[in-house]
Amino acid sequence: MDIYDILFWFLSALAVACALGVILSRNPVNSVMFLIVTFFAISGHYVLMNAQFLAIVNVIVYAGAIMVLFLFVIMLMNLNADVEPQKGQLVQLAGVISGGVLFLVILASIKTAKTEYMDKTATDIGLITNLGKVLFTKYVLPFEISSVLFLSAMIGAVVIGKKEDAKPPSKADEAEMKQFL
Amino acid sequence: MPVNSTHYLFLSLLLFSIGIMGALMRRNAIIIFMCIELMLNAVNLLLVAFSKIYGDADAQLFVFFIMVVAAAEVAVGLAIIVMMYRKVHSVDINILNRLKH
Repeated sequence: MDIYDILFWFLSALAVACALGVILSRNPVNSVMFLIVTFFAISGHYVLMNAQFLAIVNVIVYAGAIMVLFLFVIMLMNLNADVEPQKGQLVQLAGVISGGVLFLVILASIKTAKTEYMDKTATDIGLITNLGKVLFTKYVLPFEISSVLFLSAMIGAVVIGKKEDAKPPSKADEAEMKQFL
Repeated sequence: MPVNSTHYLFLSLLLFSIGIMGALMRRNAIIIFMCIELMLNAVNLLLVAFSKIYGDADAQLFVFFIMVVAAAEVAVGLAIIVMMYRKVHSVDINILNRLKH
């Protein structure tokens, strides 16, 4: 058992334990903290698999930006364990059973999958030079489309999140404005 | 037994199933969103593992695009949740069944 295997098992146990913490903790803030630790464990896996750029992006985008957004919304709404809505025991049991059944079905289907052994020597495909070359030659169109997606998502978030206090001018307002004109 | 592709398949399947269980178990809309993020990350992990096994950079770019879509989704989704909170002062998804009336 070399250092790669030890790190793999450690990071896997950390990721699974914290993922369970996300769905089991009553306090939403604790859930966010557990999810951040899960993302760090997954980033550790990326470093282990020589995907250094993705590891950094994962930490910055997921653990940094997205989770801060979640935390911000939770604190804005002042959610805590006391106001946390709880499903009935039966519904929770049904959720666990259906998730477990999905797990078993996929487990049975991938059990016979061919085992591919990993080449644990360092490669440079995960470095930013190599990824940038592929991104700007082979995937340049999806890259540009994703920028349009971001723009529309930004506009959508602004439009949805806008306060509805700004009413359209009513008839009385228009008549009032005509007096000034 | 050295780490191979089966280990990564099982790990990401486990994370994905935990995400599904969380999305079915919880009523808080924000927690359900976080479970969806967890599922997306499970898929990302598997893509990177196969990128390492087959020595191909394309899978890592797919991970990159998944992150892009996830970021856009979170921005719009949290805006919807904030909007819902402003209307009904709760993030309980059971309140949303009023939409059918």
